[in-house]
Amino acid sequence: MNIIVAGLNHRTAPVELREQFAFSEATTEKALYQLRENPLIEEALILSTCNRVEIYAVVKDTELGCGALKQFFLGQTNNQEVAVSTALYLYESNACLKHLFRVASSLDSMMIGEPQILGQIKDAFDLAMLHKSTSLILNKVFKKAISVAKRVRTETKIAENAVSISFAAVALAKKIFGDLRKKTVMLIGAGEMAELAARHFISSGVQSILVANRNYDRTVELALEYHGTPVSFEDFPVEMAKSDIVLCSTGAPHYLVSRDAVSKVIAARQNRPIFFIDISVPRNIDPAINELDNVFLYDIDDLKLSVEANIRTRENEALKAEEIVAEEVLQIICWFRSLDAVPLIVALKERSELIRQEEMKRVFDKLSALSEKEREVIDGLTVSIVNKLLHGPLTLLKKEAEGKNGNLLLEAAQKMFLLEEKNQTLPFDGKKESV
Amino acid sequence: MSQILFFRTALFFYFLGCLFFLLGLRDKTETNSKGSLSAIQRLAFTGTGIGFLCHAVALVMQFQLAVPFSTLREALSFFSWVIVLIFFFVEMRFRVHVMGSLILPIAFLSLISAAILPQSSPSVDPALKGTLLGIHTTLSVLGIAAFAIAAVSGVMYLLQEGLLKSKQFSPLSYKLPSLALLDQWNKTALFWGIPLLTLGIISGAFWSQYAVGAFWSNSPKQLLSLGAWFFYLVMFQGRTTAGWRARRAAFLAIVGFVGVLFIFATLT
Repeated sequence: MNIIVAGLNHRTAPVELREQFAFSEATTEKALYQLRENPLIEEALILSTCNRVEIYAVVKDTELGCGALKQFFLGQTNNQEVAVSTALYLYESNACLKHLFRVASSLDSMMIGEPQILGQIKDAFDLAMLHKSTSLILNKVFKKAISVAKRVRTETKIAENAVSISFAAVALAKKIFGDLRKKTVMLIGAGEMAELAARHFISSGVQSILVANRNYDRTVELALEYHGTPVSFEDFPVEMAKSDIVLCSTGAPHYLVSRDAVSKVIAARQNRPIFFIDISVPRNIDPAINELDNVFLYDIDDLKLSVEANIRTRENEALKAEEIVAEEVLQIICWFRSLDAVPLIVALKERSELIRQEEMKRVFDKLSALSEKEREVIDGLTVSIVNKLLHGPLTLLKKEAEGKNGNLLLEAAQKMFLLEEKNQTLPFDGKKESV
Repeated sequence: MSQILFFRTALFFYFLGCLFFLLGLRDKTETNSKGSLSAIQRLAFTGTGIGFLCHAVALVMQFQLAVPFSTLREALSFFSWVIVLIFFFVEMRFRVHVMGSLILPIAFLSLISAAILPQSSPSVDPALKGTLLGIHTTLSVLGIAAFAIAAVSGVMYLLQEGLLKSKQFSPLSYKLPSLALLDQWNKTALFWGIPLLTLGIISGAFWSQYAVGAFWSNSPKQLLSLGAWFFYLVMFQGRTTAGWRARRAAFLAIVGFVGVLFIFATLT
């Protein structure tokens, strides 16, 4: 028994290839059914997001199982077998568990620390459970993956700090104003990025929006869209005094907001701070306004720098997260090893009981004159001998199977007690990693 | 005497708290999240907490011994206890750990000055005049503690503002609260500090009437205190009517508190 994964992700395959495998809910159901029909596969789960398609499976034989998954992937594509073969990665046992925990903790994501992946894993797990394609092992492993991801999120700062331009603008505004709910945002122009930022401000609680645009019809349209107030383009320098945050993104080739205008605004605001965000290129706000007291100006490059600083923080945190993942992989491997010991212990008990019964039968056939009482005594004696003999080995197996040399011990016990080799491939020695 | 023992223990633990809070500033990964404290911060809070409790015991014992807070030494000790108390309240409400790096040094320096000062007994009749002196000192200390908080908020304001203006995305920026919150603290501190200091000065005048026989004697102490009081009054007035908020308010709060410290230093 072994756990394996086969898949392709944003690093190994371009989107043209990934999209061929993107499973919808309905196709996942069909694919899970197909996988379950395969006698080599015991349990299966499909994780399909826009950045990755992966199949996790529990198989009896690692090599045959990997082959089956690879065949499954090749079967989904037409005439791109070569590309798929190169893009496909296969991990087994330890490496597979590590991969899963890293994916769940968003360490393998395109943007480290992005929060969606955990939800996607939960959905994939729920779907697989619904179609009963998971059992003991995948259930345990995926529950663990979800808890590892949560641990990473709480114990590291991997998901903290904005990593997109528009979120960075909101984060900076929070550093100035704290609570954004009673703040007013003015949107000048309607560049894509500025609109995105405006939406982020709204979802952060901003309720009052002013919209100014050279084209008044467009102004009214945008104002309706954001439940804001339209302001005529000629009036915006005056209306600026009412706004705490000014988002500027127009196609104008010159400065629309001058230093003089802003010093008047700040006087009218009685020194209440004001935050200018200039996302336009060429810039629309005179950079000199940043020299004024209580005025904060960020242009597109400043926001980019802030994002880069945040990404560096996340990368540092990712190192801590990797340690957590490694620790958790070790833990779950222990569980797997103890899982291996259970069938062996059962087999050993069954075998010794069988021998005892046979030997008793032989003796009783020979000594037919024994009374019921004497038979009971002999029966008790043999039980006690067997139990005392087995006590040492059984305790040792239970205890040591989780340890480092557990596999060796299990193998030795199997040979010594002449047990049937049920577990032909002993999993989780974890040295092999096939890609 | 066990009171001295508690006092010295408090001093020792404030020193530890101070040290760990300052070391905590070097922690690069810590951000101002509501999450768990780093190991060094836990040490800082534990040290400060133990110091605070010992200090409280010392103050209560002193209260039982004699009229409280009638000497400069006792006033300094009480001042340091009050600002740590305020820090704990602010920490519970806003989780601004970094504030400890400013409050604890002030608390420690104030307490160590108290320890260095000679223990002079008040030369007044402890019955009525002593109580009045105690009231005067308590109110003035509370007022000055409020101004200390305003100054600490001012320092944090100027730091955060500088980082935002210069576009430096250092970890410190994440540890500091928002500018709006710091400006709000400035306002709140003035709002409490001014009435307390006013009452402190009035009760001082009454005590002067008992002790010297005149409400007002044009002594340097009285003139300087009145000057400080006037400064803060103008600052508050300017804040509400002329827009002396944000950067200017932060700056004035620091200037005002440095002035108060200067007055204390010259009087001793």
